[in-house]
Amino acid sequence: MSGLTVRASKPFALSALSHPWSQLLWDGLVLPALAVGSGLVVGGIILQLAGYQALPAFSAMFTGAFGTVLSLSTTLLRATPLILAGLGMAIAFRCSMWNIGAEGQLYAGAIAATFVGVRLEGWPPLLAVPTVLLAAFAAGACWGFIPGILRVRLGASEVVTSIMLNYVGIYLTSYLVTGPMREPGGTFPQSSPLAAAARLPRVVRDVLAPILNGLGFDVQLPNLRLHIGILIAIGTAIILHFLLFRTTLGYQIRAVGYNPVAARHAGISQGRTVVLAMLISGGMAGLAGGIEITGPINRLLQGFSPGYGYEAIAVALMAHNTPLGILLSGLVFGALRSGAEFMQLRASIPVVLVFMIQGLVILFIMGYAARRLLRTGG
Amino acid sequence: MDLAAAILWVRLLLEAAFRLGPPLLYAALGETFAERSGIINIGIEGLMLTGAFLGFIGTFSTGSYLVGLGSAVAGALVLGLAFAFLTITVRANQIVVGAALNIFSLGITGFFFRTSYGGLTTVRAISIETLPLLPIPLLSDIPFLGPVLFQQSLLVYLALLLVPLSFFIIHRTALGLAIQAVGEYPRAADTAGINVYRIRYLCTLIGAVLAGIGGAFLSIAHTGTFIENMTAGRGFIALAVVILGRWNPYGVLIGALTFGASFALQLRLQTAGTQVPYQFLQALPYIVTILAVTAFRSRIAAPKALAVPYTG
Repeated sequence: MSGLTVRASKPFALSALSHPWSQLLWDGLVLPALAVGSGLVVGGIILQLAGYQALPAFSAMFTGAFGTVLSLSTTLLRATPLILAGLGMAIAFRCSMWNIGAEGQLYAGAIAATFVGVRLEGWPPLLAVPTVLLAAFAAGACWGFIPGILRVRLGASEVVTSIMLNYVGIYLTSYLVTGPMREPGGTFPQSSPLAAAARLPRVVRDVLAPILNGLGFDVQLPNLRLHIGILIAIGTAIILHFLLFRTTLGYQIRAVGYNPVAARHAGISQGRTVVLAMLISGGMAGLAGGIEITGPINRLLQGFSPGYGYEAIAVALMAHNTPLGILLSGLVFGALRSGAEFMQLRASIPVVLVFMIQGLVILFIMGYAARRLLRTGG
Repeated sequence: MDLAAAILWVRLLLEAAFRLGPPLLYAALGETFAERSGIINIGIEGLMLTGAFLGFIGTFSTGSYLVGLGSAVAGALVLGLAFAFLTITVRANQIVVGAALNIFSLGITGFFFRTSYGGLTTVRAISIETLPLLPIPLLSDIPFLGPVLFQQSLLVYLALLLVPLSFFIIHRTALGLAIQAVGEYPRAADTAGINVYRIRYLCTLIGAVLAGIGGAFLSIAHTGTFIENMTAGRGFIALAVVILGRWNPYGVLIGALTFGASFALQLRLQTAGTQVPYQFLQALPYIVTILAVTAFRSRIAAPKALAVPYTG
């Protein structure tokens, strides 16, 4: 029974890889799939109650997510910030730091990316893009550092402080694009566009087409908006997987999150670990914001994020805070958003529906996962 | 500015604080019950939003404030029950379920508001008369204090009455003792014959209902309209108010009024046309919250079993 207590109160086991394969399959694929299915069914019932035809709506949603090359590109485009910020949330959650501040960290990253990005005219892209992304990561890390250090030094609840910093970040952005960072001579509340060198290359136009042409193929490819941010997201997921499961810091983060008392007795500095985890966590969310700016948006706008920072929480939780799992859950929620955007166009159903379905999906995941614990342990 | 003008300015500020404080007060009093029993519900932001939406829609479509309030309470009860089931019976992580509840509420209120009362991108402005003020005879004629305290709506008086009532229940009754025991040391409470689950369900539902009323206050007593995500973090600020008030209803009252005043000050400074950019003023209450939870090192005062599921 005591084993059950620990498992139930700390749903995230020390190592994802120590489970038997069958359980990994169950936790990683079957449960999330069931939860997404249940979320869609309940969402469909609500749609039907609101007087819509649920099946055509979901069919439009599926088309918008996977139906064409264009919609696949949009799915990956939406998945990119979700994966990056989701990875950040997983690092904090692993350390039992409830960082609900991804939205603010994302805006901080976007501000820094814009600030640097508009000043890099004439730089070689190979240097400009990493510089901008580094600035975004650093700004997000600073934003994440605040709740971390306040928690460690003064015992302030990171839930409250990180959430409050979301609003500060959003209002700061609003101030900057209507004031100091506003495009000179422009009438809209937006910054100048980024320097061409600072823009992320597009996957098809800038990567795939030159390679194919170099190999002698003469093919016409569609110029999709998908940029190499998705490749960066995949790369960082792999890096963070190794960080979390193959390095000392990763072990310390998991140990502090799993059992802070035992971690302290093992000589792990809780304060240092928590602050480092929050730096990485905020940095990843900042990177997500920076990639949105250097990728699809190209300039700072107020309210440019439709809530990616909040969705990232769901992304991390659905993957049980495993970096590689987040690639999949980010893709699922990216598809949900991309599909819902298409559904809004096609079936006139407001895109905010995705929040409802996401909330339901997490609730179902928590319900299903805990039910299994009750059955096998109790 | 002469003295009379200064006094008037302060009076108007306090009046506004007593109008902007009650939503926080309702939510924070409810959360005090929940946290005293060991349940932290960050979903009260979503519960408030649901309350604001249903309160407005109920009042708008029937013309009755009572129906509006009733719908808000009913909606909050349903979501509160879902939260209680998942966190208490199924023992899921309270922060995670609360966060999910917030996302869900944002989605469902936005969805139904847009589909019923607006377009896809634009929203038709609809409004109701706000809850009428109910001046208390004689008392409302007291200079200065009269207009601040005794010329408010019924929901303000109710909020203020709930403070001593909550204090009495938590600190002076057997039920309150049971709540505190469950929040501090559930195992001992269980041994003493207290049903930990039942107490936690009860406190979670009290918290949900009060958050729903707090949200409904925003739409039917304060603005007279509904805007998507109109709670704008007030539920989270209520969490901070509970910490500042050290889980004591009177402390919560002071905290809620302080934040009410900071919202009021922010609005008054905006309309007064200061040189400070308005976004800085808008960010003020959130910054004050960070400073406040940082300055008051009250982790020691927190119920010991807060956020820890109980396995009986």
